[in-house]
Amino acid sequence: MLENIAASLPPGLILLFGALLLPLLPGESPPADGSADGIWPLSGKSKMGMRGVLMLLLPILGLIQMWLLPLGHSSDVELFGYALQPVRVDRLSRIFGTIFHIAALISVIYSLRVRDTLQNLSGLAYAGAAIGAVFAGDLITLFVYWELTALTSVFLIWARRTNRAARVGMRYLIVQVLSGVLLLAGTLFHYADTGSLAFDLLSLDGSIGHLLIFLAFGIKAAFPMLHSWLEDSYPEATITGTVWMSAFTTKMAIYALARGFAGTEILIPIGAAMTAFPVFYAVIENDLRRVLSYSLNNQLGFMVVGVGVGTELAINGAAAHAFAHILYKGLLFMTMGAVLLRAGTVKGSDLGGLWRKMPWTTAFCVIGAMAISAFPLFSGFVTKSMILTAAADEGYTWTFLILLFASAGVLDHSGIKIPYFAFFAHDSKLLPKISGEAPRNMLVAMAIAAFLCIAIGVFPAPLYALLPYDVGDYSAYDLTHVVTQTQLLLGSAAAFVFLQKKGWYPAELRSTVLDVDWVYRKLLPGGLKATYNAIDKGAERTKAAVGRAVLASVNRFGQFFRPGDRSFGEPWPSGETAMWAAVVLVAYLVVSIVSSQVG
Amino acid sequence: MNAHLPALQVVLPLLAAPVCVLLRNRRVVGVWATLIAWASLAIAITMLVHTMEHGTISYALGGWESPLGIELRVDVANAFLATIVTGIASIVLPYGPGSATLAIPQDRQYLFYTAFLLCMTGLLGMSVTGDAFNVFVFVEITSLSSYTLIALGKGRRALTAAFSYLVMGTIGGTFILLAIGLCYQMTGTLNMADMALRLQPVMGTRTVLVAFGFFVVGASIKLALFPLHQWMPNAYTHAPSVVSAFLSATATKVSYFVLVRVVFTIFGAAYVFGTVHFEWLLMPLSIAAMFVGSIAAMYQTHIKRLLAYSSMAQIGYMTLGLSMNSVEGLTGGLVHLFNHGLMKGGLFLVVANITFRLNSSKIQDMAGLARKMPWTTLAFAVGGLSLIGVPGTAGFISKWYLVQAALMKGQIWLALLILMSSLLAVGYVWKVIEVMLLKPPTKRVENTTPAPLRMIWPVWVMIGSTVVFGLWTTWTGTVAEVAAETLMGLR
Repeated sequence: MLENIAASLPPGLILLFGALLLPLLPGESPPADGSADGIWPLSGKSKMGMRGVLMLLLPILGLIQMWLLPLGHSSDVELFGYALQPVRVDRLSRIFGTIFHIAALISVIYSLRVRDTLQNLSGLAYAGAAIGAVFAGDLITLFVYWELTALTSVFLIWARRTNRAARVGMRYLIVQVLSGVLLLAGTLFHYADTGSLAFDLLSLDGSIGHLLIFLAFGIKAAFPMLHSWLEDSYPEATITGTVWMSAFTTKMAIYALARGFAGTEILIPIGAAMTAFPVFYAVIENDLRRVLSYSLNNQLGFMVVGVGVGTELAINGAAAHAFAHILYKGLLFMTMGAVLLRAGTVKGSDLGGLWRKMPWTTAFCVIGAMAISAFPLFSGFVTKSMILTAAADEGYTWTFLILLFASAGVLDHSGIKIPYFAFFAHDSKLLPKISGEAPRNMLVAMAIAAFLCIAIGVFPAPLYALLPYDVGDYSAYDLTHVVTQTQLLLGSAAAFVFLQKKGWYPAELRSTVLDVDWVYRKLLPGGLKATYNAIDKGAERTKAAVGRAVLASVNRFGQFFRPGDRSFGEPWPSGETAMWAAVVLVAYLVVSIVSSQVG
Repeated sequence: MNAHLPALQVVLPLLAAPVCVLLRNRRVVGVWATLIAWASLAIAITMLVHTMEHGTISYALGGWESPLGIELRVDVANAFLATIVTGIASIVLPYGPGSATLAIPQDRQYLFYTAFLLCMTGLLGMSVTGDAFNVFVFVEITSLSSYTLIALGKGRRALTAAFSYLVMGTIGGTFILLAIGLCYQMTGTLNMADMALRLQPVMGTRTVLVAFGFFVVGASIKLALFPLHQWMPNAYTHAPSVVSAFLSATATKVSYFVLVRVVFTIFGAAYVFGTVHFEWLLMPLSIAAMFVGSIAAMYQTHIKRLLAYSSMAQIGYMTLGLSMNSVEGLTGGLVHLFNHGLMKGGLFLVVANITFRLNSSKIQDMAGLARKMPWTTLAFAVGGLSLIGVPGTAGFISKWYLVQAALMKGQIWLALLILMSSLLAVGYVWKVIEVMLLKPPTKRVENTTPAPLRMIWPVWVMIGSTVVFGLWTTWTGTVAEVAAETLMGLR
């Protein structure tokens, strides 16, 4: 009975349509000035209200409905002569569906105080679209959800209601929609070639359709050179918006790659580059939410490598890592959101010492940092080791080494830099103004995520059972893994201490706090910065020259269309119009003469 | 009974129009005109069902058999078009002129209904007639009544807009008349089917070539093909919004249909595409319309002008479908004719609601409108999504057909161009939605209230049907395909 009801509905639609009910329920209106991203008064109690109940119910109902669908369940429909498959349940889609529901639930709890219904509505609908996408059995359905994630998520940026957010949102939207258009174009080519719309293994076989689809996935997965939308937009979303966004779009792309391009060898160098290059940027970036965005990009690299290796173990690793990653990255973004809410900024240079006022948030941030750095007994360790093992097993030694380097980098920028600058370091000038701990609902959301980070690290068996392929006797806790990882962490830490010692001596930098500051802000980035500056300067100059030329032509173009005297958009005199009729007539005669010559 | 339907279709609104002048009372006339529109819709639907089942209905006016007499000839394509015209009129008329937007006092508003019914007569006549000279007559009836309707708009610029449309429309009408004259000279007949037969032996002559040229340019002016579109943005901007809704959804569409008729019924695809290579002219102009129209729309500050430029782009899709010279392409063009009528008509009604309350059609005056007029804003968003061609809306279906048609011809670049121009639509639609949804409300908006229900339901009938026809495509798809096959003489 229950199964039949569940089977009549594609997963994700409960969230997608349920979200539309939100504005119909009674609720409080957002603060008039739109301050603090629509989060209800910082002090004082907040009633959950009908909308809160609905928001909590939707992901839970969605998760139950999804799990009632048996493996192998699928639904087929015929739409203007094309066989579509809106739902296909297998183990790969189920693990992504599960974590998407969990992420939606955690984000909802985190957003309970948000009274700006637009944000909650678009967040839930966005999650629903992403869930729908991972269950899509054909490329058209995938395209529909693919575009929906773009159209719904952009409001999480626009909801900041600043001019800057409007611009960033538009840039984000254009890139995301472009990805969808590429996907649709690729689908049409693919259909013309094969006559099938099913979304199965596509592989890069030189056909232009598959290449277009690959690019569409690559944009959303933030491949190097296609990545900048991510670091551009995520730090500009609202406090809660970033938490929503960090979970879905990119992981949906990882799923799509795992489904369509598993074992595509080019993904391995792409992924390796992805793990390595954001490290440099993350080290020199000051906006801590942007640091997290770079580190998100770096983590995606691990998953892309896993997909590229393509063995059962590697695909398992990619899926498991996506699962763990959504939790700890969400956790880190949540802690930074709490800091942004209380302190009004997440600039590393302005923060520090917040542990005095926000002890719980500090603790959760440290747990998230340890998980992302893959400390044994934390979730990152049990999942990342699968990808590393798979890469090593298949003989990708160089890749393995790059991944090791990137892992060390993760420890630096996410594991130490984030908690250090925000919560420890020197006491910030802002400290007296901070009223206290994060609101209770935010702490609950963080606690759930933190609990899962540790639980997965200690008892990985339930997660392993969910994975697309049987794990067999694989265990993360064998001697090699633990020793390698511990060595890596110790080595990183040793380097850290060494540099700290080196910086201890200069007379002008006596204070310990400044010392460590110096290590992080001068020594490490110094060398990198010089190199980058040199490259940047050259790039900047070319960019400026090209930019000026483009701007000039855009202006001229704009003048032609912008309202104003003698522009295209203004009324033309009738005489001129009549002349155009003559011009078209002449054009017609020319065409007919030419064609009579040709034909 | 069924045999007399074609005549009834035209005669009913024609006779009802002067009755409006006798009735005078504003409310009574409104109800009268609405009833006539609904009756006409019923006739059109009956004809459509009949032609789908039994094929063409031919009606000899006054009992004079063709080719001597005037023949009304209704096949699936004509009936499809008549259904669209009467359907849109049935929704727009109960909506009423929205008293605030008319330039004439309330006690003379019966004239609006008179002109409206005459305009409808002309459009229906153009749709159902099988006689070339009749086409010209009905074109003129439509044009004259629509000049009146446009001039009813508030503000003096409505007069200049109507005047420049009059100049352009007259040139277009004259061109069509010249073309008919030349054809008559060559064939000695005015009946389209007969004309097509008798043109065959003289196809190579220069006269026929020139006649076709005049036909094409005349019809292109009427359907606002780029670069002959200049009358349209002004007319739609300054006309009352209800009139913009009706004309944008029907007038350009019927003119498109006349062009299709001329191409396939009178001159034949073999001559038009085989000898003259009309597509060499039409395809570049269509593509230019798609891009120039969308880009121009992005730069507009008045919402009605923005929609008018968007219409210009959408007309480009329809003529593109025609220029492909395939059943798939023409089906795409006809489906888009229907779908675009729904969405653009709906969007202009949305704008009518907004300007009724705000008394302004500047986009910046609509900041934060979503808080005060949520349903109207939502309707705009849905209609806008359909313009972009988001799946689940009618706009997607049209573009899907067109892209398929392009791919079947092996013209991949054409498919990509269609997709790219859809991307441009995101720009101008989202520009408006961003202002309505996210900008802090202006004073003007703060003091406004939602539109009355009588103005909201027609909007939602139109906008709702764009979603319905986006999901349920059997009807539009089948009818348009049959119509396309009929037009191309494959049935």
